Amino acid sequence: MAARRAAVVGGNRIPFARSNGPYAHASNQDMLTAALDGLAARFNLQDERLGEVAAGAVLKRSRDFNLTRESVLGSALAATTPAYDVQQACGTGLETAILISNKIALGQIESGIAGGVDTTSDAPIEVNDDLRQVLLDANRARSLAARAKLLTRLRPNFLVPSIPRNAEPRTGLAMGDHQAITTEEWDISREAQDELAASSHHNLAAAYERGFFADLMTPFLKLTRDQNLRPDTSVDKLAGLKPAFGDRETGTMTAGNSTPLTDGAATVLLASDEWAAERSLPVLAHLVDAETAAVDYVHGDRKADGLLMAPIYALPRLLARNKLTLQDFDFYEIHEAFASTVLTTLAAWADGDFCRRYLGLAEPLGELDRGRLNVNGSSLAAGHPFAATGGRIVATLAKLLHEKGSGRGLISICAAGGQGVVAILEA
Amino acid sequence: MSDRYSQLVNSPIGSRLAGQLGLPKPAVLRRYQPGAPLLHGPLLLGATSGSTLPPVDGPRGLGALLRGAGIDVTSDAEPDVGRDAAIRPAALVLDATGVATVADLAQVRDFLAGPLRRLLPSGRVIVIGRAPDSADPVADSVRQALDGIVRSLGKELRAGSTANLLAITTALPDEQPASLESALRFLLSGRAAYVDGQPIRLGPGDAPAPADWDQPLAGRVAVVTGAARGIGAAIARVLARDGAHVVAADLPAAGEALARVTNKINGTALQLDIAAADAPRILLEHLAARHGGVDIVVHNAGVTRDKLLANMKPEQWELVLEVNLASQLRINSALLAGQALHHGGRVITLSSTTGFAGNRGQTNYGASKAGVIGMVRSYAAAFAGHGATINGVAPGLIDTDMINTMPLATREVARRLNSLQQAGLPVDVAEAIAWLSSSGAGGVNGQVIRVCGQNLVGA
Repeated sequence: MAARRAAVVGGNRIPFARSNGPYAHASNQDMLTAALDGLAARFNLQDERLGEVAAGAVLKRSRDFNLTRESVLGSALAATTPAYDVQQACGTGLETAILISNKIALGQIESGIAGGVDTTSDAPIEVNDDLRQVLLDANRARSLAARAKLLTRLRPNFLVPSIPRNAEPRTGLAMGDHQAITTEEWDISREAQDELAASSHHNLAAAYERGFFADLMTPFLKLTRDQNLRPDTSVDKLAGLKPAFGDRETGTMTAGNSTPLTDGAATVLLASDEWAAERSLPVLAHLVDAETAAVDYVHGDRKADGLLMAPIYALPRLLARNKLTLQDFDFYEIHEAFASTVLTTLAAWADGDFCRRYLGLAEPLGELDRGRLNVNGSSLAAGHPFAATGGRIVATLAKLLHEKGSGRGLISICAAGGQGVVAILEA
Repeated sequence: MSDRYSQLVNSPIGSRLAGQLGLPKPAVLRRYQPGAPLLHGPLLLGATSGSTLPPVDGPRGLGALLRGAGIDVTSDAEPDVGRDAAIRPAALVLDATGVATVADLAQVRDFLAGPLRRLLPSGRVIVIGRAPDSADPVADSVRQALDGIVRSLGKELRAGSTANLLAITTALPDEQPASLESALRFLLSGRAAYVDGQPIRLGPGDAPAPADWDQPLAGRVAVVTGAARGIGAAIARVLARDGAHVVAADLPAAGEALARVTNKINGTALQLDIAAADAPRILLEHLAARHGGVDIVVHNAGVTRDKLLANMKPEQWELVLEVNLASQLRINSALLAGQALHHGGRVITLSSTTGFAGNRGQTNYGASKAGVIGMVRSYAAAFAGHGATINGVAPGLIDTDMINTMPLATREVARRLNSLQQAGLPVDVAEAIAWLSSSGAGGVNGQVIRVCGQNLVGA
């Protein structure tokens, strides 16, 4: 009497571009629409009314209040397809997949698309907040005299626009700085981080070479592969980079082992098995279960409650509910926000003391087979448009499982605000 | 990429000037519009003596067949009608299957000469004859003579009119040609606007008429390679217009344009490199799993790497031959070995006038385009054994991005080196492919049909 499970039919993303690069003048809506159109073309969804489309963007302009719906209206999908926006920072893409899958599992819809998009180039610059207050008060003023009086409140520095900052509102620290704290607390080495980064690039390059993305990606604005990919990077080359976060002398986090700012969009087609069969569409894998977690990174423990450590807490609950161990997976997709994020996560799960004190486990979850981790590369190589990463990973993992024929995969994604999302796919 | 000279010369002032200066005046060609009548005027029908087709005026004759297509048919047998100066025919169709002696050819002259001046612009002259069969040299030479008449006439007709020959290879009168109606409907319509001076052989085969002549490909699955732009995109659009579900294939790098084309026609986009070793397997698996097989396969993908042979690098040679020829051979072989191609299947490849005549700087391209001609002829029997046909379409000068790379003067002159005095459009090539893809064209097999406006090159 388990609810039916949603099938991953396939995915489509556009290549990811570095900030202020090829996609500098593309809006979130442009990119999400392009990803949807490529998906529609691949699966013959033109004029098809889907159950719904859920997507989102982390950095969004105020006019994009109905971003996903407007993207659907601009795409080849039927205009009678409902849509809504979701925002959970970098967890958005995976969260939308869970939301759509849950409605499918409950039988409320038969098909849906989950996705995400982000641009750091087409930034949502706002009017200076002091100026904004003056303007709003001017709007409320009843008389010309009152309005004129408001003008005296204007100051030259009000012309400076308000630009989105990559910082946590309550700590004022950038994400990289938060991770630098965690890296130091867990003593993650520079070599280990650079090795992970180099692997990511090599694995992604190999995947491109064997045509893995031929049915997962549609070019956009003449970009045909992820711009950030460096197929011939190496640990030696990465070793030459200067620290970018934390202590500028002794820090171990560099531009090479941290994800760059990127633009891009990703979508995933989810459906019931019946809906897919009716249309002769493939079923790559099923989304089995998911779990979210949050840490009190503002007031909590410096070592145990790092900003990007929430997935560590989500996994034990997910494993327990599904009666699985950490080793019961054929593939692990852990989002490489920073190389040290992944390494911290692995270290925590393998640390008996930590698992006992903070996860309530008698035994550590243990080690996982590094040969099964991010086997087709991940965010360090591909780039990380915040809300698009979840869709990239779900589609990649589903296809990996399908190629293998059967198996189980684990997804783990951390998010700003001290949150995390983990999920299990099975084929 | 429009023909500005043609636009200029068809304007009121330009027209007078061109006339006074004796400049070429390309006509605006009548092209197919859905819903429009097949022919824009009456059709004059005649037959030479000794015809081996059913009598033209009889219940199974050409007259009934053409009237069934909504055409106003006037038979030459009716007294004085053919000489009626008031009637301007849109088409002249002559059943010349009976010609057996040199003297018989005069009947061809008698039928055609009178009404020629009154032929409407974008008119059609179609001569139906028997193909030489080596049984009787006199009859064979007379039948071949029809080819010469039609080709010469093509070079005389004005205002966008065309002349073509249907050469029947079946053993008349016992074995009627399978695709006579389908071929006539195609040649008379605006779909064949750029087909001129061509002999088309009609043989035996399974050629059922479609349920709806305006949607002849309804219910069929077609795959078009190189469909992201140019002629490939036009082929995808026309096949979809005619009712097919189109699987549009192209390189992943062309995916953006491919998705646009695909979404406009409610098709399926398939990103793959057809020259890769595993392409036949991927393609056929996709067709089988997603579409239950395939009815129509259009080998359109092709590249050029022009270089004088003395300067050509091995990579330039190999790429062109791999993509344009070797990949097609592999896919055709896989189609025959597997179950994907349905009975009544149609395989069409794109050749080129270069395949017939060669071209400077195109030894590699010419090899591949001649190679597919050989492929079509040689594979004909094997595909017939599967209840399918394989044919080629050889475009002449077609208005695409490719010809914009030619120097201006060369290009403008090249446009005029055919009887219609203009380059063709991608849709002209697409229409010929759509016709060959239809069920009614089952009697056409192993042939390469030129869509070239009767180009002088390699004719």
